[in-house]
Amino acid sequence: MDFLISAIPLVPLIGFLLNGIINKKMPQSLVGIIASGTVLFSFLISCYLFLQINNGSIKESYYSMFSWINAGSLNLGLSFLVDRLSVIMLLVVTGVGFLIHVYSIGYMKHDEDYSRFMSYLNLFIFFMLLLVMGSNYVVMFAGWEGVGLCSYLLIGFWFKNNDYNKAANKAFIMNRIGDLGFLLGLFLMYQTFSSLEFKDVFAAAGNYPSGDATLTAIALFLFIGAVGKSAQIPLYTWLPDAMAGPTPVSALIHAATMVTAGVYMVIRSNVIYTLAPFAGEIVAVIGLVTALMAASIGLKQNDIKKVLAYSTVSQLGYMFVALGVGAYTTALFHVVTHAFFKALLFLCAGSVIHAMSGEQDIRRMGGLKKYLPITHFTFLMGVLAISGVPLFSGFFSKDEILAVTWTYSPVMFTILAITSVLTATYMFRLYWLTFYGDFRGTHHQKEHLHESPSSMTVPLIILAVFSVIGGYIGMPEYINEKLGTHHVFTQFLNPIIYSPKEFILSHTFEFTLLIGTIIGLAIIYVMTKNMYVRDKVVPEDDSQTKSFQKVLANKYYVDELYDMIIRKPLEAFGELFYKIFDISIIDGIVNFIPRATNLTSSGLRLLQNGSVGFYLVSMVIGIILIFVFKMLL
Amino acid sequence: MEPVNINHYLLLSAILFCIGVAGVLFRRNAIIIFMCIELMLNSVNLLLTAFSNQHNDASGQVFVIFIMAVAAAEVAVGLAILVMIYRNVKSTDIDVLNKLKW
Repeated sequence: MDFLISAIPLVPLIGFLLNGIINKKMPQSLVGIIASGTVLFSFLISCYLFLQINNGSIKESYYSMFSWINAGSLNLGLSFLVDRLSVIMLLVVTGVGFLIHVYSIGYMKHDEDYSRFMSYLNLFIFFMLLLVMGSNYVVMFAGWEGVGLCSYLLIGFWFKNNDYNKAANKAFIMNRIGDLGFLLGLFLMYQTFSSLEFKDVFAAAGNYPSGDATLTAIALFLFIGAVGKSAQIPLYTWLPDAMAGPTPVSALIHAATMVTAGVYMVIRSNVIYTLAPFAGEIVAVIGLVTALMAASIGLKQNDIKKVLAYSTVSQLGYMFVALGVGAYTTALFHVVTHAFFKALLFLCAGSVIHAMSGEQDIRRMGGLKKYLPITHFTFLMGVLAISGVPLFSGFFSKDEILAVTWTYSPVMFTILAITSVLTATYMFRLYWLTFYGDFRGTHHQKEHLHESPSSMTVPLIILAVFSVIGGYIGMPEYINEKLGTHHVFTQFLNPIIYSPKEFILSHTFEFTLLIGTIIGLAIIYVMTKNMYVRDKVVPEDDSQTKSFQKVLANKYYVDELYDMIIRKPLEAFGELFYKIFDISIIDGIVNFIPRATNLTSSGLRLLQNGSVGFYLVSMVIGIILIFVFKMLL
Repeated sequence: MEPVNINHYLLLSAILFCIGVAGVLFRRNAIIIFMCIELMLNSVNLLLTAFSNQHNDASGQVFVIFIMAVAAAEVAVGLAILVMIYRNVKSTDIDVLNKLKW
């Protein structure tokens, strides 16, 4: 029975091979069916496994396909583990992944490389499943690298545009920096525990005292990997640029799944992080700063996808805050709800871009509500969910993060609350500017406006439903008490957490938080509506922005800063070595040999003057010299 | 008058050899040079025969026969080359033969 789980990643791999190798001979519709069908198949198996685990008939499912690496004391199998944690990730990856595959069939229909796109998506799903299903850190790392590769391939999917290629390179290189940290963490882990298998590592780590230096080092190294993959400070700048890829890619890879891999990894290693409180603090602080900074940048972006990208970075920051304070289940809860509403928002943005014939600047949009009714409504659901409007999914997960942060540190809570305000502000700004007011695009674009085909709108509707109801699996304590229910999500997940923390909150605080959220959101709603709908404020051109707004619009000049402190010195260093070492030394040696030969021969050739008499004299002198030497020696 | 002994042979062949060398070095006519080379070869032959007789060992004289055979062959080739040179440049002066150079 356990072998069934190996089919979950392998079926999308087969889909990739079919679509990647024989795509030219297949009709376009078949390519789409294979691509989404394979993911659907994985989703169904995942559902089955989830039900099995949920009703307690199996605790977890383990299957080792074959022994992969056997070297000395290192024995690694290509083995899969599906437990309570991975089954949730499986449902998210295959479920949201399937919807995005279906959406892509409509979105990418007119692209000449349609089947290449679908095969890359399938390959991505395969690697992502490898990442979440691996039963040891090496299989996880293989998936981790694989999703990075697919991310690179898909960001640079339209490779004829060189800017997109640069964005792809940037994403790949920044990820590699993180991956190096991850790898160092694995080396140190193997040295410490002599194993990389999850169960051995966690069993061994449990024997260490809390605050052990080695554990802290491992935790921090692994976190560097998470920082790269999940776009946290200081390695976050690749994610906004990654929006160069087609929109379904942004939804699947850069919002719902791959970027949450870091969160998954930390939750998986929760034993280590629980025993390394210092690493936890670092995680929380990095998450906090990222959340605030990205949200503030989001306020002044005018590209619909860039706003969502910074929003993703910011929401990932939230998750890391939750991880840092030790609320692992809360972080995963936000991963799940975020996957729904952020995938939804991106797909809606894709639908808008589709209707606008490729236009992404919200200053050229406006008044799209009556042209794109379904997109408008589903987008609104997404906005309400991410802003944390009560009863929508985002409210429950975000509220929980805020609440656990309060018990950890009121200062961090305050900063997160401010970030929430910023989140709601930029989301509503985006919403009003896109769907209300007058149409600001060209006449040609206006004639072309249309609602997307059903292959695109149906996934939107399904995701919208989940964005609304997805939060009810984790309702706060005061509601559960009234209804006599439980926090289903935490209850389901707690068995895999090393020592689940109890976050005890007074009901007064929770009510205050609820009331505060409602009042705050109401104010933001009214203010942004007045500003963008009544007064018809349109963001000014980039050249018109002033003072701090300009700093925000230019993303705090972080790219320029990195350019100055990393790229420029590296280039100067390279230039230096090129001039000193390459030109002077290497080229010097290479050029010396022919020059010396040339010089010697131009002297020696004078001896061959063609005069036979001279040759004879030289021969006789030579012979005499030989005799003389012979006698002397 | 002392009898002819090995020293006389040595002296004679040394003189012949030196004449040969001098001829090779100072004459310009290719045929003369050729003859001087033969002279040197034969001075060596003479020496070999003298020592062969001195030591009562016939192998030195066998060697001489060999050298004469090889020299005959060499002369045949060399004179043929000289004939060809003469046909081409109407001269056997080695100073004319200076075309083979860089």
